[in-house]
Amino acid sequence: MFPSAPHEFDWKKIRRGNRFQPGEWLAERLIFLVSLSAILMVFLIFLFVAREAFPILIGTATSASNQKVIPASEMDKLSAEQLRVYLGMKPDDFKKQDRETLKLLMEVREEAAKETPDDRDSGINTVGWRYLLRPFQWGGLSKPEYIWAPTSRIPKFNLIPLFVGSLKTTFVALLFAVPIALGAALYVSQLAPPRLREWLKPSIEMLSGIPSVVLGSFALLVAAPFLEHLLNLPTMLNAFVAGLALGLTCVPVIFSIAEDAISSVPQSFTQAALALGASRWRAAWDVVTPAALPGIFAAVVLGFGRAIGETMVVLIASGNAAQLSGSIFDSARTVTATIAAELAEAVFGSPHYRVLFLLGTLLFGITFVSNLAGQMIVGSLKGRLEGKR
Amino acid sequence: MKHMKTNWIKMLALLLAGLMAPAVSAAEITVKGSDTMVALAQKWAEIYSTQHPDVKIQVTGGGSGVGLAALESKQTDLANASRKIKAKEIEGCIKAFAARPKEYAVALDGLSVYVNAENPINELSLEQLSSIFTGKVKNWKELGGSDTPIVLYSRENSSGTYEFFREHVLKGQDFASSAQTLQGTAQIISAVTKDVKGIGYGGAGYGKGAKHLKVSKVAGEEAIEPSEENVLSGKYPISRSLYVYLNPAIDKDAIKAYLQWIRSDDGQKVVKEMGYFPLPPHLRKS
Repeated sequence: MFPSAPHEFDWKKIRRGNRFQPGEWLAERLIFLVSLSAILMVFLIFLFVAREAFPILIGTATSASNQKVIPASEMDKLSAEQLRVYLGMKPDDFKKQDRETLKLLMEVREEAAKETPDDRDSGINTVGWRYLLRPFQWGGLSKPEYIWAPTSRIPKFNLIPLFVGSLKTTFVALLFAVPIALGAALYVSQLAPPRLREWLKPSIEMLSGIPSVVLGSFALLVAAPFLEHLLNLPTMLNAFVAGLALGLTCVPVIFSIAEDAISSVPQSFTQAALALGASRWRAAWDVVTPAALPGIFAAVVLGFGRAIGETMVVLIASGNAAQLSGSIFDSARTVTATIAAELAEAVFGSPHYRVLFLLGTLLFGITFVSNLAGQMIVGSLKGRLEGKR
Repeated sequence: MKHMKTNWIKMLALLLAGLMAPAVSAAEITVKGSDTMVALAQKWAEIYSTQHPDVKIQVTGGGSGVGLAALESKQTDLANASRKIKAKEIEGCIKAFAARPKEYAVALDGLSVYVNAENPINELSLEQLSSIFTGKVKNWKELGGSDTPIVLYSRENSSGTYEFFREHVLKGQDFASSAQTLQGTAQIISAVTKDVKGIGYGGAGYGKGAKHLKVSKVAGEEAIEPSEENVLSGKYPISRSLYVYLNPAIDKDAIKAYLQWIRSDDGQKVVKEMGYFPLPPHLRKS
């Protein structure tokens, strides 16, 4: 027998057919579980946020403050159950309290009644949908207004100024980011010489590595005073300044998805156009771009989701005035900044707390739908370009 | 070899014991609340713990409302507040520890109204301030200034300063919705010093660079400057006490000693250094 050659292949070890492989099977299932848990996590987070907002969604939460006050001297006339309901305590907590404490609580209730104003608004449940969404003429106002004033004597929770603020800053951000990001994507993927492309692409994507708090501070300290002088703006911090900084955070998102979409258009499209005598620019603009249009649209939609969910930049640079105004040069308060600034101080379970969670739920819904739409469009584009449709 | 191993273990044990020991013997006091008082509370803590190395004091801000909420949920020993506690909050405290929270006044503060140094206006009445901050007066011209719109700088709605100003100057009315929300008095000062059109409010001790307006109770009366003398005498109309609230059950030992020191001459000297006003003697005892 010859000693077998060192590189000779041992054919017997190759397995043919689909024989069962426990190791592979296990790994596959584990990966599946991990991805499932990610989906589950998103779902659970949504459930948690929505649960806190639930009493408002179905209209059982109330902020009305004109509860009838029972003097502490009449404590003995109440049954234990009546007393518990009056003091708004859970049965377990109620049992733990002794008589002295309960009496003290009743006295405090009397004091509280003296603090709250006795005007017609104090009986209003300001977390009803009518007051959350539509203007109302509160006492002392000359016309109905949209007001967000959650810690006032009569807390007012109108959501419209906040959503208008969010949409305003997002609009400015997209106005600024979309042309830049799409132009860069087209240039990098179609026109740039390969060596330039090699460092241009990562350096644009590196923008996403800048912490948004740094971008926000930059807007506050550098961009805001500069733009105020340049454009003679009424206020230094406004939706426009915040929107510009916000734009920088969505440039890399839009760029990288749009660049992928444009690059995934088959080379044969470009080659055919060039062969017919088109210039590189004509080929990129008239042939490749239309083919990638759904992907480009998806990039913009995902950029929108990024911009409306961003918090730090707008918290620092938007001025945070919850006013309803159409001008992008006025200060604006966004949904995200409101949640960030107020959640820590809202008392657990209070109407204010629940409204903040309602804001979170609505925001979650908006970003979820926009991301889903973006992903679906990207998917359908891929299918079309690969000729599956 | 084995010998060395036991040595190692012994050393590790000693090290651990050394780390644990101070944690057992030292008193730890947590303080949380008013952003206005954070700098002051930190200074107190710093000086006191250098004098008493066995006492550790941890100070955080967040706003008066945050501090009192933490007191209700027993996450802090002392709650700083730049306003009086509300009945709702007292109720929460009673439910948590079956007693009214104890209140100590620890310093006095005047609230100044700041404008840009180039603003020609020097004094305003409380009523004028109220109509400015509620948005009824929108142009400096209406107050005798130049023809420019007024830009309002206010604080986050968890701030005790915000609530105090709303209750005592605006008489409970809402701030104009166009008022910008900034995160602290320092930010308001910096905004007003940069903005000729701006007006803001905050502690009288702050505010180098901005102009502090004189304020009169009623239009036509003499407008008073927010100086120490005027705040202490009560002549200046917008002044307040700063408070510390705590569970009366823990007002003993280290915490009691600390609170006594704060209200002593030594502690009140710090108040003055930090730009607030020391308590007059009649407010110190309780």
